[in-house]
Amino acid sequence: MSFLTLNSLSKTYGNFTAVDAVSLEVGKGEFVSLLGPSGCGKTTTLQMIAGLVEPSAGSVMLDGRDITHEKPNRRGLGIVFQTYALFPHMTVAQNVSFGLEMRRIGKAERDRRVAEVLALVKLDRFFDRYPRQLSGGQRQRVAIARALVIEPPVLLLDEPLSNLDAKLREEMQFELRRIQQTVGTTTIMVTHDQGEALSISDRVVVMEHGRMTQVDVPAAVYDHPATEFISSFIGKMNNISGTALTSAIQSSGVILPATGSGAAEGEPVILSLRPERINIVPAGEGHLPGVVSARFFFGSHWLFNVETAVGLIIVSSPNTDRSLPPAVGQPVELAWAPESARMAARPQEVSRVEG
Amino acid sequence: MTARTHSTPWFLSLPGLIFFLGMVVLPLVLTAVLSFHAYDFNLGVRDTYTLSNYTTVLSDPYFLSIFWRTLRIAFITTVLCVMIGVPEAYILSRMWNPWRSVFLLVIIGPLLVSVVVRSFGWSMLLGSTGLISKASIMLGLGPVRILYSETAIVIALVHVMLPFMIIPVWTAIQKLDPGLESAAWSLGASRFTAMRRIILPQISLGVLSGSLIVFGLSASSFAIPGLLGGRRLKMAATVVYDEYMHELNWPLGAAIAFIVLVANLLIMLAYNRMIEARARKVLG
Ligand SMILES: Nc1ncnc2c1ncn2[C@@H]1O[C@H](COP(=O)(O)OP(=O)(O)OP(=O)(O)O)[C@@H](O)[C@H]1O
Ligand SMILES: [Mg+2]
Repeated sequence: MSFLTLNSLSKTYGNFTAVDAVSLEVGKGEFVSLLGPSGCGKTTTLQMIAGLVEPSAGSVMLDGRDITHEKPNRRGLGIVFQTYALFPHMTVAQNVSFGLEMRRIGKAERDRRVAEVLALVKLDRFFDRYPRQLSGGQRQRVAIARALVIEPPVLLLDEPLSNLDAKLREEMQFELRRIQQTVGTTTIMVTHDQGEALSISDRVVVMEHGRMTQVDVPAAVYDHPATEFISSFIGKMNNISGTALTSAIQSSGVILPATGSGAAEGEPVILSLRPERINIVPAGEGHLPGVVSARFFFGSHWLFNVETAVGLIIVSSPNTDRSLPPAVGQPVELAWAPESARMAARPQEVSRVEG
Repeated sequence: MTARTHSTPWFLSLPGLIFFLGMVVLPLVLTAVLSFHAYDFNLGVRDTYTLSNYTTVLSDPYFLSIFWRTLRIAFITTVLCVMIGVPEAYILSRMWNPWRSVFLLVIIGPLLVSVVVRSFGWSMLLGSTGLISKASIMLGLGPVRILYSETAIVIALVHVMLPFMIIPVWTAIQKLDPGLESAAWSLGASRFTAMRRIILPQISLGVLSGSLIVFGLSASSFAIPGLLGGRRLKMAATVVYDEYMHELNWPLGAAIAFIVLVANLLIMLAYNRMIEARARKVLG
């Protein structure tokens, strides 16, 4: 039984469709990410759930109740805005307490709950600070505390981490997940950062031009992207076009092992191969010979550009101390397990997993 | 070299300095000096100095009632401008083009018409044979005469001063994060509560500075009380005019002008301190 349901929710501005028939079922306590490039309609979708944008068509159901046309102040959802939207003339405690005041909760109870939630986000020493006296990460935690304190049935987060630097961002991702799991609030987070979406969500919704193109658990979105766009948007991907054989494809005269998608022999297909699934092997043991044309060091791994008969292939190798990494100009051979290379015919339909 | 760099700023600001000294400071000093001259009905301005102009003005109930009226009218005008201007600026900021441009023009439009012409317009509307009176007669309520009353002056002043309130408030609203209001709604605040608790405190600076302008301009207004107040209802500026042009008692006129100037200055400085205190609180 889904807790929050979107039924072909659409939004059009004039003759431009910002969100096109988005349908989604979110279970209670689930953490779902809306992932997609800029302008694909993520914020618009979130704001329709929040009631800040009037849907052009479709409906929103919360716990079996139709809230499509309910005013935002009656929905009781917790929202964290991209700009945080903290009230600048109120202290941290006043900001957090505002939602409780609106619910006419008594002073003593208010103080208790504010203290509780500020402890949860580890801001218990900042009660009397004004938002301008806080760092970016602290502001963001105030925004989360302010949304959580009203104990909302659903928490909506619009790119809550996009204003933070990389290190803080990573810390806050885990922090966000910890808070969400402690409280158990159903959460929908908008992001255009694929790493963020994959690392902390239960399910990822990929959006493209206002449409949902894949709804799946993070590992499935990564390993079995439904479209070529998703495969290149999420992580790095080598795409090699060729013709299908049984358990292989033929491309530029080379035969490359792959697992099939039921494409008939001779059909044009695309082979998708993640850089980290490719191994650099001694001569004579690989499927594809090539020459290293560039290499980049990332600390935990190396990235090699390898020129081959089928074009440029990106290979990622973990930085182990076993052997020296191949140098630029060095001939290498590439190998992979057939299960790691997926071949697929175009066009493809949306694949989906219910949660 | 150093001497030149030191004199350059002075040299560059010389035109402005001359202008300011010649157009503002000099007339003020002359007025101040004049206000201490003695005056005789038969002999005109004398070369002896006296404080009697000030004692006359400050002890005459006629003049005191005019000062009091000036302050009252300026205050009422300011309050009305806040009450009308703030919601108007808010509505304006929520409008989309082309309506926004149209209404902005409607608001600023009056500034493009001479005050005298506008005042005549109001006197035609408000007079005993004016449109409003005629409408009231037609409704069987009998004639109403608003012209030559404080009400007429206040109505016309509010009309003229509204842009000076709306523009600073509108600017303040433009600077707000639109997410603030949405955040307040999402936390359960009604539109009205969000406006009162979140929006108003943050545009209070705009409201205060707008009030300062409106109060100052209303207290020193001349054409509107002159044309709509008639012979009886004087305000500070019109009574100064009377002393200069009808009584020919220039020293007395100068004394009134100075008292009004000082009173206005004191009120505005006090108000300004309040604004700065508020700014420290809101902006940190
Ligand atoms: N009020 C509006 N009028 C017209 N078009 C709009 C309006 N609001 C949004 N759009 C358009 O709708 C599309 C989706 O906008 P939305 O803000 O949902 O994008 P997004 O996915 O959140 O992007 P980002 O990652 O950059 O925040 C955009 O192309 C945008 O230009
Ligand atoms: Mg957005």
